[in-house]
Amino acid sequence: MNIAVLLKQTFDTEAKIEIAGGAINKKGVGLIVNPYDEYAVEEALKLKEKNGGEVTIISVGADTPDAMRQALAMGADKAISVEDPALEGGDEYTTAVVLAKAVSTIPYDLILAGWREGSAQVAVRVAEELGLPHINVVTKLDVDGGKATATRDIEGGNEIVEVPVPAVITAQKGLNEPRYPSMKGIMQAKKKPIQKLSLGDLGLSADQVAAKVKVQSYFLPSAKAAGKMIAGEAPQAAAELARLLREEANAI
Amino acid sequence: MAKGILVFAEVKDGKVKNVAFEMLSAGRKIAGQTGDELAAVLIGKGVAGLAGSLAEYGADKIYVAEDDKLAQYTTDAYSKVLADLIKETDPATVLFGCTVLGRDLAAKTAQKVKAGLLSDCIAMEIEGGNLVFTRPVYSGKALLKAGIPESSPAMATIRPNVLTAEPGAGKGEVVNYAVKLDAGDLRQVIKDVILQISSRPELTEANVIVSGGRGMKGPEGFKVLEDLADVLGGAVGASRAAVDAGWIGQNLQVGQTGKVVSPTLYFACGISGAIQHMAGMSSSKCIVAINKDEEAAIFRVADYGIVGDLFEVVPILTEEIKKVVGK
Repeated sequence: MNIAVLLKQTFDTEAKIEIAGGAINKKGVGLIVNPYDEYAVEEALKLKEKNGGEVTIISVGADTPDAMRQALAMGADKAISVEDPALEGGDEYTTAVVLAKAVSTIPYDLILAGWREGSAQVAVRVAEELGLPHINVVTKLDVDGGKATATRDIEGGNEIVEVPVPAVITAQKGLNEPRYPSMKGIMQAKKKPIQKLSLGDLGLSADQVAAKVKVQSYFLPSAKAAGKMIAGEAPQAAAELARLLREEANAI
Repeated sequence: MAKGILVFAEVKDGKVKNVAFEMLSAGRKIAGQTGDELAAVLIGKGVAGLAGSLAEYGADKIYVAEDDKLAQYTTDAYSKVLADLIKETDPATVLFGCTVLGRDLAAKTAQKVKAGLLSDCIAMEIEGGNLVFTRPVYSGKALLKAGIPESSPAMATIRPNVLTAEPGAGKGEVVNYAVKLDAGDLRQVIKDVILQISSRPELTEANVIVSGGRGMKGPEGFKVLEDLADVLGGAVGASRAAVDAGWIGQNLQVGQTGKVVSPTLYFACGISGAIQHMAGMSSSKCIVAINKDEEAAIFRVADYGIVGDLFEVVPILTEEIKKVVGK
């Protein structure tokens, strides 16, 4: 079973965000693999261990080699990175069209991604672009006999959905426990191929992938005024809090 | 040229979700400025009776798409109907609630009609004649304003509870929309649905959320939070620490790898205030923190803070609130 995993690198959660010249200042910001994508990589590796085949990591944008090396160190076989100056300023539409083309360059039976990747849009858009069904927000997956059966989160519970493969599956927390790369895996990853493709290599023009969304400005949320600390023993403090919530905050 | 606003009205348990009313009320104001039509769409089976409620919140026109194949939500079926409707009626803007269903449907529909989509928006307004959306990025540590050029419909998912639903007298015209679904359109087969029965509201739509973290010490600790939530008709939530410890279900996690919430009132009990948690709750209108550790980061975002033992404070608070709200 050949599996493509869509991977994105994102800002370290702890990163301090600064805005310079109307854009987010990316200098010096630590990058991590999008947390949901790790579940996708892990699931791909488990399916490969069971069924054989290859796991290919696919990503868009020039900031991804570290994330790819991590996935390769976990056990993925190879990686494709699409890098092109024309992708600067792209949106989820851009990314999806490019990823779909890149996935089409390899044989695949299944596509996995993190569900929140690209504002929870990209993987679903890739499915549509490739004419494939998808199952979104998955916490359990079985692939057998030309079908993927998955348990997915819905509001207030779960749902079991079946689709024919190839299909796109997006991973939710709970699907598995991502493994840590072993020292051996890290050494092996250095020798694994990362194929770099440009838009031209994929037969795409900049016009075909132009962003639909135009960002006007970035700004920081206004600083919050200091809150009120309520002193006193529990009974007095609780009574005072109830009064403030009613009379001052109009919250109850 | 594309004109007007179309609101997708999500139906759950035979009722329209409140976020649809919120979007219609905001859409009404925008339509008032631009003179364009405000339409809503109901998709499902046996949903026609809900059209009146959409009219009440300002929809000029309500499309009703009913079919046996739409009895249960599948992305394949719903997105086909919606994309067909968008192609036929050519709205300039299409709005969805930022719910699990809304996000799934919006992404699929957007790619079907080659549209831009802004996710998880917290505001929309007319600026310089164009509709501009505001959304948090980087876990809410920054915001961006963006528009979508006229060449494609502007699509957005709007976070529940950030806009205000305002009913008014409305007389929407109901239009039965003929559904065109081929068997080949439908590849997703729902084999089973397992719902957890809860008397409490869904986290993402709750007006009040009482959350607990590591300070809850164990699953039984959440009882005091449930009591407070029930007095206020609220939901119970948790930080990742409590979820990872196995004290409470992952579907109740608030934060970066959980749910993003915007209640009127958020209680953070025994929660230290890790960035990952704050990313999920910092847009709450009023935040109360109760924690033994006066250095806890949660106090920096709280509107009201009490340094103390939550097991002592919360039960008393529950009784005091009962008195205040007259229950």
